[in-house]
Amino acid sequence: MNWTVIWPLLIFLALIFFIGIYASRHVQRAPSFVQEYFLGSRELGGFLLAMTMAATYGSASSFLSGPGAAYNYGLAWVLLSMSQVATGYFVLMILGKKFAIMAREYKAVTLVDFLFARYKSQTVVVLAAISIVIFLFASMTAQWIGGARLIESITGLSYTLALIIFAVSVLVYVVIGGFRAVAITDMVQGLIMVGGTVILFLAALKAGGGMESIMTTLYDENPNLLSPYGSDLSLTSVYVSSFWILVGIGVIGLPQVAIRAMSYKNAKAMHRALVIGTIVVGVIMLGMHLIGVMARAIVPGITVGDKVMPELAMTVMPDWLAGIVLAAPMAAIMSTVDSLLLIVSSAIIKDLYLHFSKKPAKEERLKKMSLAVTAVIGVVVFIVALQPPNLIIWLNLFSFGGLEAVFIWPIVFGLYWRRANGRGAVASMVAGMVSYILFHSFYPTPFGLHTVVLPIIISFFMFVAVTLATSRSSLERA
Amino acid sequence: MKKKSVEDPRFRVAKREAWIGVVLVLFNFIWWYGFAYGLGDGPVEEYNFIFGLPAWFFYSCVVGLIVMVVLVYITVKFFFKEVPFEEEGDRS
Repeated sequence: MNWTVIWPLLIFLALIFFIGIYASRHVQRAPSFVQEYFLGSRELGGFLLAMTMAATYGSASSFLSGPGAAYNYGLAWVLLSMSQVATGYFVLMILGKKFAIMAREYKAVTLVDFLFARYKSQTVVVLAAISIVIFLFASMTAQWIGGARLIESITGLSYTLALIIFAVSVLVYVVIGGFRAVAITDMVQGLIMVGGTVILFLAALKAGGGMESIMTTLYDENPNLLSPYGSDLSLTSVYVSSFWILVGIGVIGLPQVAIRAMSYKNAKAMHRALVIGTIVVGVIMLGMHLIGVMARAIVPGITVGDKVMPELAMTVMPDWLAGIVLAAPMAAIMSTVDSLLLIVSSAIIKDLYLHFSKKPAKEERLKKMSLAVTAVIGVVVFIVALQPPNLIIWLNLFSFGGLEAVFIWPIVFGLYWRRANGRGAVASMVAGMVSYILFHSFYPTPFGLHTVVLPIIISFFMFVAVTLATSRSSLERA
Repeated sequence: MKKKSVEDPRFRVAKREAWIGVVLVLFNFIWWYGFAYGLGDGPVEEYNFIFGLPAWFFYSCVVGLIVMVVLVYITVKFFFKEVPFEEEGDRS
């Protein structure tokens, strides 16, 4: 075991732990437990908001599998990943002030609260809460596995022990600290992600003897690594462009990102977050993926994509610095997992239990229940992650695009189309989910596009058609 | 039922800013696509290089990011309005 690499990781975990304790004091003192625990009492400032959005969005894929793919395809994959810069400003600008104002009017704490207040439909509540629980549970499990594998490969511990370390460190601060702890740790984790990216980029640049020499090495190996079509010329411009829908525009429909757009304090915070968020997402995406390409010239011959970034860090940097940089993917995974954990817990407590129970729950009882449910979900994820069943892996494959296809139009039309109604929302959610699953299973790249594109178009038309059809009949009745 | 006449003025601000978001993302896409596939289409042997990077990549990804950050800063600074989120007289 290499202790010089492990020390920075341990310090990082200790820091996260103290943030959890700090935030739990707020949870104890807050006037409304549910508002504080699931939304941080809507007090997020601009910097915190930008960091928590960027960190929640940037996950294992930005630091491990993404650079791995860039290693294989070359600069074309960096081009593809740059479509994600749009998430830095687009989500906040579109949901923007309207979402913040309406959520306050409705006293909405979760995305589902908002949808219910807007559409007054129990079917929407059930569909939304269930898709959140199922799909985010699956993607959470996948991220936990990624986190445990990363600890396993850095420390040399067994997978089970690595998983326990990961589970305990995440669970402690999320369970006791709630949303505020998640947001503050996201900020720390976001800073580590940006810092790690910059340090690793500079170290790789030096190790490769400058950009020119790195590019020459790649050119000599395979000139297509430098083309926008990928090393085997398999990435068409249409396919790469369609990622703008999946990881750019469609991100509005991800509940864990959308919820953050109702958590900030005021318009000023939002304005700051727009600028900072764009910079942070841009630096991480451009930096990490470009590093993946550069790694091919510095540490050639890696076959497992996820190992590119750890191998590079260990090769080009002294151990202690590698330890700090390797805390970055760890931070990326944790900052995604913590928000997923909290949102699944809020879907169960707030959207299903509180929503359908007849009598109002007592504050004290609610507190105990929320902590317990969050902890239980964590334990269940842990058990599932020990030996992940195929169903979970299958569900995780389309949780990202599937959630987008389900939620994007109910959110956007709910905000900006006065006539949008509950029946339209239900139709669009069902159509989005079903068509996504079908396309994914039988016809993954129609017309050379990513799977997500057609379901989003289909759910758009379903929403409009059903809304128009049902609102006319309601006019006749009136 | 219809309350179109009393639309909250804050919502007009919100709507305008959402459209600005759509325009920005379209501009971002065109810049990204234009430079990447406009300059990167030819054979790799004929590429120009800037700071060691192929020109298409430099303009599309590196300059594109800087341009977007500047544009977001300008729109937020000059076109976005600060509005109160709480109802008037309803502050806790």
